[in-house]
Amino acid sequence: MNLRRYTLYHNARRCIGCHACEIHCKVNKNLPVGPILCEISCQPLKRVKNIPKTEFLFRSCYHCDDPLCVAACPTGAMKKREDGIVFVDETRCVGCMLCAGACPWHIPQYNPATGKAIKCDLCKDRIDRGLKPACVSKCTTKALELVELRPWGESPG
Amino acid sequence: MCTVRCPIRVEVEDNEVKWIEGNPYLLGGSLCARGGAGVALLNDCERPQSPMIRSGPRGSGKWEQVSWEKAIQYVAEKLEKIIARYGARSVVVSTRGGPWQDLFKAFTFALGSPNYTNHDSACGRNVHHASLSVYGLGRKGFDLDIRNTEHLVLFGRNILSSLGVAEVNQVMDMLDRGGRLTYVDVRQTLTGIKAHRFWLVRPGTDYALLLGIINEVLRQGAYDKEFVDRYTEGFEELAAFVEPYTAEWAARECGIRPAEIKKFVEEIATQRPRVIFHRGWMLARYRDSFYASRAIHILNVLMGNIEIPGGQIIAKGAADCGVQPPRSFTSRVKKPEEKRADGVGWKYRHFDAGVGLFHLFYEAMLTEDPYPIKALICYRHDPLTCFPDPEAQKEALERCELLVAIDTHYSEFAWWSDVILPESTYLERETPVALKKGAKPYLFLRQRAVEPRFNTRANWEIVSMLAERLGLTDFFPFRRIEEIWEWQLEPTGYRTEDFQEKGFIPLTDHPILYPRDQLEGKFKTPSGKIEFVSRKLESLDIPSFKAYQSPSRPPKGRYRLVFGRAPVHTHGHTINNPLLNELMPENTLWINQREAQKLGIEEGDLVDVIAETVKFTVKAHVTEFIHPEAVYTVHGFGREVPYQSRSYKVGLSDQKLMEGLLQHMDPVGGGLCLCEKFVTIRRSPQNPKRRVEL
Repeated sequence: MNLRRYTLYHNARRCIGCHACEIHCKVNKNLPVGPILCEISCQPLKRVKNIPKTEFLFRSCYHCDDPLCVAACPTGAMKKREDGIVFVDETRCVGCMLCAGACPWHIPQYNPATGKAIKCDLCKDRIDRGLKPACVSKCTTKALELVELRPWGESPG
Repeated sequence: MCTVRCPIRVEVEDNEVKWIEGNPYLLGGSLCARGGAGVALLNDCERPQSPMIRSGPRGSGKWEQVSWEKAIQYVAEKLEKIIARYGARSVVVSTRGGPWQDLFKAFTFALGSPNYTNHDSACGRNVHHASLSVYGLGRKGFDLDIRNTEHLVLFGRNILSSLGVAEVNQVMDMLDRGGRLTYVDVRQTLTGIKAHRFWLVRPGTDYALLLGIINEVLRQGAYDKEFVDRYTEGFEELAAFVEPYTAEWAARECGIRPAEIKKFVEEIATQRPRVIFHRGWMLARYRDSFYASRAIHILNVLMGNIEIPGGQIIAKGAADCGVQPPRSFTSRVKKPEEKRADGVGWKYRHFDAGVGLFHLFYEAMLTEDPYPIKALICYRHDPLTCFPDPEAQKEALERCELLVAIDTHYSEFAWWSDVILPESTYLERETPVALKKGAKPYLFLRQRAVEPRFNTRANWEIVSMLAERLGLTDFFPFRRIEEIWEWQLEPTGYRTEDFQEKGFIPLTDHPILYPRDQLEGKFKTPSGKIEFVSRKLESLDIPSFKAYQSPSRPPKGRYRLVFGRAPVHTHGHTINNPLLNELMPENTLWINQREAQKLGIEEGDLVDVIAETVKFTVKAHVTEFIHPEAVYTVHGFGREVPYQSRSYKVGLSDQKLMEGLLQHMDPVGGGLCLCEKFVTIRRSPQNPKRRVEL
């Protein structure tokens, strides 16, 4: 099993709910109207010490250690890299969307422009070039961070 | 893309934009949704693709696409005819404010007209005039060092939604550092949820709250006595004026608990001078907004926050860095001595005559007093979206023989005009050099990232073509942008190549602060001091302080219409952007829970919002976190340009509901009173619970 090496950390204290991450992701992936690969949401306002408050949540693919979407994909298009990034190999995808049904959060989405599934791949092409994912690079308030995970006791680098 | 104009860096491959990010040196790559969505604007077909001349009645949508030669010829001939008959002064040019207004201002003067103006009477005029009356420095005369402040106080300044990337990061850094945030508004907002103190006040009572705070500050002695003694004038008058306005009174008037104001002042007493009362940006709201704005400026002075880290820092220019400023186009022309048609400078001597007040030109159009106005050219300014009551505006525009819109998108004004000269988007055009004043001034310009997708031109190219055809080449002899840049930069000693490294030229590497004990002469008021009692206003028989008048309550079944911003749209000009429209395709009407209950309205129900003759039907957002007297919506929607298929007639337009408000101006501040409209709300009959069809 390829354990995931990266995760996105969302600092809710710094997030202002401006939805820029969604746009930066869509522009980077050249997506049409429809699929949105990361999403900002919030609960309705609630009074906390007399101030109406809420916090923003950020959600994109969790890149599960044991992804159900990969198991469900009939063509082997949904893959997991050695560093744990789960991604769609577009050359193999037939757009059947079984992956979305298998995912407990229905993360994979249908891209009407290509007729194939699409999901967050942590901008692996950028990571491979030593860059950060689009949502992290351009987050308005630097509320998103790419965090490198390592097994307990292992030293960094 | 948006008028904050955050500095950006663009990556291009084969004339396609691949990546837009915030300038790495100034913004660390950060960019908001609007900035990111620039690519969608660039590739959007639903923007003007070539010059167009109207072929049917105004607003009919009948257009003829023409060449640039023909469009310029048409505009020039019309202008010449109008100038021959009515004089050059009958031409009004209006632009969006900002760093590049110099170009069109100079063009106006070169034509021979004094009537250059902008959108600001529906925006920051009250703040600007109030700032001038107190400091002798305008609205942009200070840089706010929010990052290092202890306490930021915002009066309806929804700073995280009306988003400027640098400013937002200052606020978030301040909060991370443990700074405090107090937020005052008639509803809860994106900004208010981050606040440590939130006051939901009755609409229109900001001024009362401010007077109560000043009273309490003086009562507790929580102000910088030394600074006040040394640099201000009129403190006794101020103290006498605010005496009756106690914190208890103010709290009752605004609907907050009396102990809260005292506690607040006790807190800032320990934090000053590093306390900022944000001066606000758009404050064209109530009849006393000018005086409310003065009170904000006065509170800042009482805190003694001038010229210190974590306070208000006087904006520095090139000279403060030992550099000559870049040349401006206005230096090539002489300002016509003719008096302005909006009356600013002679009839209204208390207003800044630099840009005047746009809405007053409508009066001149209708009455031909002081003289007829026959042509209006709007560059990147959409008066029909920006100002109230478009129908009343159109009546006045009827008197004009020529309406020209220069814009990157179809503004409502463009749709109503006679000629559209399409400007290239910011990704497809260069702009002249401009100076960003502030604690750390820098020079900047915009480079062309990609070639224009359509038959559009840059602003300087349009001015160049007009100048050539009108024989104004003395004013604008330039043919290439490089010539402009070189000419502008010559006195500075910098060259165009110097922009390559960072995208801008920093004129200093550290913030410049004047020594705090040598601020004499820095305030450009008649007395050279900060004026609590304004000599200029008093000399014109205008009081420096105005007795508070409680705002009227809306009659039963009616509500005060207030408006604001969302972080994914800028005013009216991004609503049709494919990416931003997907995030926020329509606006809603916020209404207080108890009021909604009375009207039988539930969350998501359709409601009718009715003024005299205008009605919109939108979804209701029912919440307890808006004042019961107010209903709220996001500005910019309810557009009626058929070519903008995504936004056509979607949502509610606040300015169309503001019938009768076009000349409703704060008489001292010059700002319009855009929150003085009561509208009727009812549950829409279009709420089908049953379905009759199969």
